Amino acid sequence: MILTTLRRVAPQLIILALVLLLNFAMFPGFFRVEMHNGRLFGNLIDVLNRGAPVALLSVGMTLVIATRGIDLSVGAVMAIAGAVAASVVTGGSDWVVAVLAALGAGALCGLWNGVLVAVLRIQPIVATLVLMVAGRGIAQLLTHGAILTFNDPGLVRLGGGTILHVPTPIWIWIVLAVVVGLVVRRTALGLLIEATGINERSARLAGINARVLLIAVYLVTGLCAALAGIVVAGDIRGADANNAGLWMELDAILAVVIGGNSLLGGRFSITASLIGALIIQSVNSAILLSGMPVEFNLVIKALIIIAILVIQSPRVNHALYLLRASSGAFSPGASRGASTPRNTAPRSAASRTDHTTEEGRP
Amino acid sequence: MKILKTLLISAAVLLPASAMAKTVGFSQIGSESGWRAAETAVTKSDAKKEGVTLKFADAQQKQENQIKAIRGFIAQGVDAIFLAPVVATGWDEVLGEAKDADIPVILLDRKVDAPKDLYMTAVTSDTVHEGEVAGDWLKKAVGGKPCKVVELQGTTGASVTIDRKKGFAEAIADASNIKIIRSQTGDFTRAQGKIVMESFLKAEDGGKDICALYAHNDDMALGAIQAIKEAGLKPGKDIKIVSVDSVPDMHLAIAHGESNATVELTPDMAGPAFEALKAYWKDGTMPPKWIQTKSTLYTQDSDNMAAYERKKDLGY
Repeated sequence: MILTTLRRVAPQLIILALVLLLNFAMFPGFFRVEMHNGRLFGNLIDVLNRGAPVALLSVGMTLVIATRGIDLSVGAVMAIAGAVAASVVTGGSDWVVAVLAALGAGALCGLWNGVLVAVLRIQPIVATLVLMVAGRGIAQLLTHGAILTFNDPGLVRLGGGTILHVPTPIWIWIVLAVVVGLVVRRTALGLLIEATGINERSARLAGINARVLLIAVYLVTGLCAALAGIVVAGDIRGADANNAGLWMELDAILAVVIGGNSLLGGRFSITASLIGALIIQSVNSAILLSGMPVEFNLVIKALIIIAILVIQSPRVNHALYLLRASSGAFSPGASRGASTPRNTAPRSAASRTDHTTEEGRP
Repeated sequence: MKILKTLLISAAVLLPASAMAKTVGFSQIGSESGWRAAETAVTKSDAKKEGVTLKFADAQQKQENQIKAIRGFIAQGVDAIFLAPVVATGWDEVLGEAKDADIPVILLDRKVDAPKDLYMTAVTSDTVHEGEVAGDWLKKAVGGKPCKVVELQGTTGASVTIDRKKGFAEAIADASNIKIIRSQTGDFTRAQGKIVMESFLKAEDGGKDICALYAHNDDMALGAIQAIKEAGLKPGKDIKIVSVDSVPDMHLAIAHGESNATVELTPDMAGPAFEALKAYWKDGTMPPKWIQTKSTLYTQDSDNMAAYERKKDLGY
């Protein structure tokens, strides 16, 4: 089980290591971790800590994408959850109530998306676009357009505090990922999600209640987004409805894609998506440490991400695979060790046949 | 005949009335930021103080809504129009219509690319000057001692970012002891300001080398203050902080000694506009084509609690 997971995420791990080394080359103190005021302090900790929102989102996003859907509303749901938590806690309630209210709001948003997709059969990208646009407005209504600040120690600890010297957001995303991972992999749920994503009608005919499953998946995504929203709000001690989670849905989708999950649904790996989230954060960290003029930020990010996606492209992998096979260095034993071609070869073969039928038709 | 008579009488009754109570139409961009909300609130209260009826139209970030609103104001026959333009171009036609109707237009906060005779005046802040005020403060605060500065820029490419960067750089150009060692964008947000400051602190030996922070807006500085605290340093003492905007939360931070100075971008653009209008209505005095608002500097010596109380309910 662990070995298969390792083999599946090997390309992502290699890329993560490369990007971290890039950071190290830029700033030699990158791997240094110290203790400051009872808090682990260092760039590596920052990557884990700052990657938390995208990591949380990518857990839910992986499941949604596995069902052949997408959720564009997660950034807006973050803003709503932050606004709900802030307004409840400034209203004088306990922080636990605030967190529960925010999670409830996230679940409600997820339910809305789920019903639009699963019951009304609206295409996911359109259905979730509604909340992406309207959600930020709802959050702004809750905070009256201003940054709603709070000082409640409980809520602040979730975003900016520590547990056992480790920043709380790191715990939150790791615990959530483990729980969701166990639920989908130790039960048949993961398999059912993949089946629905590959072919919903067959899944239905095979007895899977795809409608309930889809709603549940969007609901979980809403909950993940709400958690991310609480973390972000706690971090800056305020709900910034205009900016919280802005464009973060795109980072979450990117994390899933870098994780090697297909946007066409089917097989998924939450671990790979999480590593994808960490890769994105490491790239951000490299940009900040590089000291380059800000005008280069997006160009550098784009170049690194293009490189990552090209490395992962099934075609490139297949070409490498053929190259190695023709050069004679290829043996069955070697292929099992080199996980990249082994993992992507079946999918690349599938996509190849797709292309040939498409090209062959006219 | 009878109708004409009634019309004439009613016009005669209405005219002096309209000369007493003036009506001004205000086409606002929207409410994308706290500052914008404060500008709306201040404009409304200024109008009430002046005894002017204010017709308010929120354009929700769309130029076509603003053009519609201005045409509506012209049709209603308002006495003047305030316009906070969402973009700089594309105003010639509708401003021409207002001119033909003899309605003076005053631009608030932003300027437009249109012939100058199409509007009466523009009331804006000089954003380059804001950066200069911040730079001058820092020069005075450090004296002749060497000082390494980190800069949190606004959104890349925004004119405010370019201007505030330029003004600050010009102000410290003659002080060889002050150097900007790192400059990154914090997108004008608290969250990003905190994240970028964290990386500055780590890249510069835990922040020991950093003497001052210049942030292009208060929100980024407020985020950075938290990052500095978490790194075990004292914001406002170990690292001097100067930023621009003067939002209520920043006044609180300065009052608590966690920040040092902020340059005000006043939300009261309507005040000078009403002054100009009053002079024009009285004896036809035309104001200059550009009225620059004051860029007041607030430091720890200012009465920050009073500023906070004054601003906290404006919608920031």
